[in-house]
Amino acid sequence: MSDLSVLYDAPGPRAKARNILYSVVFLLLLALALWWALDTMADKKQLEAAKWKPFVADGRVWTTYLIPGLLNTLKAAALSIVIALPLGALFGLARLSDHRWVRVPAGAVVEFFRAIPVLLMMFFANAAYAQFTDLSSDVRPLYAVVTGLVLYNASVIAEIVRAGILSLPAGQTDAAKAIGMRKGQIMFYVLLPQAVTAMLPALVSQLVVIVKDTALGGALLGYMELLSQVRVITANYGANTIAAFTVIALIFIVLNFLLTSFASWLEGRLRRGKRSTGAVLHGGGETEMEFDEPHVEPHARK
Amino acid sequence: MSDETPSDEARARENVFDFLDSGQYDVLGAFWVTVQLTVYSAIGSLVWGTILAAMRVSPVPLMRAFGTAYVNVVRNTPLTVIILAASLGLFQTLGITLAGGSDFETIGFRLAVLGLIAYHATFVCEALRSGINTVPVGQAEAARALGLSFFQVLFLIILPQAFRSVVAPLANVLIALTKNTTVAAAIGVAEAAALMKTMIEYESDAIFLVSAMFAFGFVVLTLPTGMLLGWVSKRVAVKR
Repeated sequence: MSDLSVLYDAPGPRAKARNILYSVVFLLLLALALWWALDTMADKKQLEAAKWKPFVADGRVWTTYLIPGLLNTLKAAALSIVIALPLGALFGLARLSDHRWVRVPAGAVVEFFRAIPVLLMMFFANAAYAQFTDLSSDVRPLYAVVTGLVLYNASVIAEIVRAGILSLPAGQTDAAKAIGMRKGQIMFYVLLPQAVTAMLPALVSQLVVIVKDTALGGALLGYMELLSQVRVITANYGANTIAAFTVIALIFIVLNFLLTSFASWLEGRLRRGKRSTGAVLHGGGETEMEFDEPHVEPHARK
Repeated sequence: MSDETPSDEARARENVFDFLDSGQYDVLGAFWVTVQLTVYSAIGSLVWGTILAAMRVSPVPLMRAFGTAYVNVVRNTPLTVIILAASLGLFQTLGITLAGGSDFETIGFRLAVLGLIAYHATFVCEALRSGINTVPVGQAEAARALGLSFFQVLFLIILPQAFRSVVAPLANVLIALTKNTTVAAAIGVAEAAALMKTMIEYESDAIFLVSAMFAFGFVVLTLPTGMLLGWVSKRVAVKR
């Protein structure tokens, strides 16, 4: 039922009139909510032009706060995905191992790190680095954020890799066996290259989750990423909290929207592609959220 | 603590769990706040998410557009931004207290629940929409042939079947929600992650123990939920 208009008949004259009535009532409600929001903001002097102007008129807000913040966000996200990818691939393959003593511990590690909040891992990493290493305190937040994100996302990527390999048709393994390939050869020459393309959309979506999670480091560990610029900006430009939050949220939304669109474009392209087996891991939609797990079809579970 | 004699240190090591007995830290109380945050937000996001889903499939174009825009905007905003904006923006700047009186603890808790609902409702909505897609077209067609209105088709025929097929995705949202309540620590709600931060600071010689304890707490909260709802999802799924 992908065409949802099946839920209602083509509107006749009465239904059309009713729909217009609903639209008007809904519009009024929205207008009322908007008016209330603007009125409250005006009341607290948040709508003054001086509070919003710096973001359009003063380039220094961007060059000193927003862009360095955004770059720090991207830096933490990029480091995390680059480190988490091989680690996750390793654990994903370990979970598919024929040997029980490899499969079971790898499964336990992956399930454990998926079950606890990423924030706890960041706190732990921060404390551990403070106690056992002599990292200077200005780089420690970055290390802590990246460590937390790597631990969590490696376990999510492990599941993506496993699901990607399990999503391939069984004939691929059979054919590889038939021409006399060994287990390692089957994995690295036949299954993995195909699984990687199938996994790409899910991996790009995971990047969205990572970008969103870096904000935790800004709020709770003192990592100077995009969100933590709110405090600096409001301190320097006259308590323009609402304006600062709006601009920063917009930057996050645009960035994540671009990544999400890229993921669905990639998914569509891979689905249409003739060279793959047609197995594509679902990249977006309901599963793409902080701390969430990749989409694994029930039949794909071992 | 260089002036401590070795025997003191040895005695201190004997009782690594001492800090739990001191009554200084209310670990169970903190996890109770986590559970409360989870329950209130879960109910709220289920309701708001269902309304959003109904809007996204409704015959009124304006409601469809609003639903789509809301989901796309909120889903792409970090939860931390939403919750911090609720505290710094809504409360401290605009003075909205959600009838929480003058008690910072209550206000923080309610704002955190509001943020969690706003964020997780988008995932409930998307899960429900994919559930609606699993209901065969014939169900809606038969309902319309009987002369049922849109609301009757949606709430009597489609959604009851859709809900049964999305128990597993909704369970994933619930588990993610449980873990995401830790973000409330950013606005000073005294839940588990906030207590862990304090304990790690003051009991820095027991960070492994403290971290393991809180990790265990979350495993206890999330694993049974996943198993129970996994079992429920198999039981209630519509066999097709």
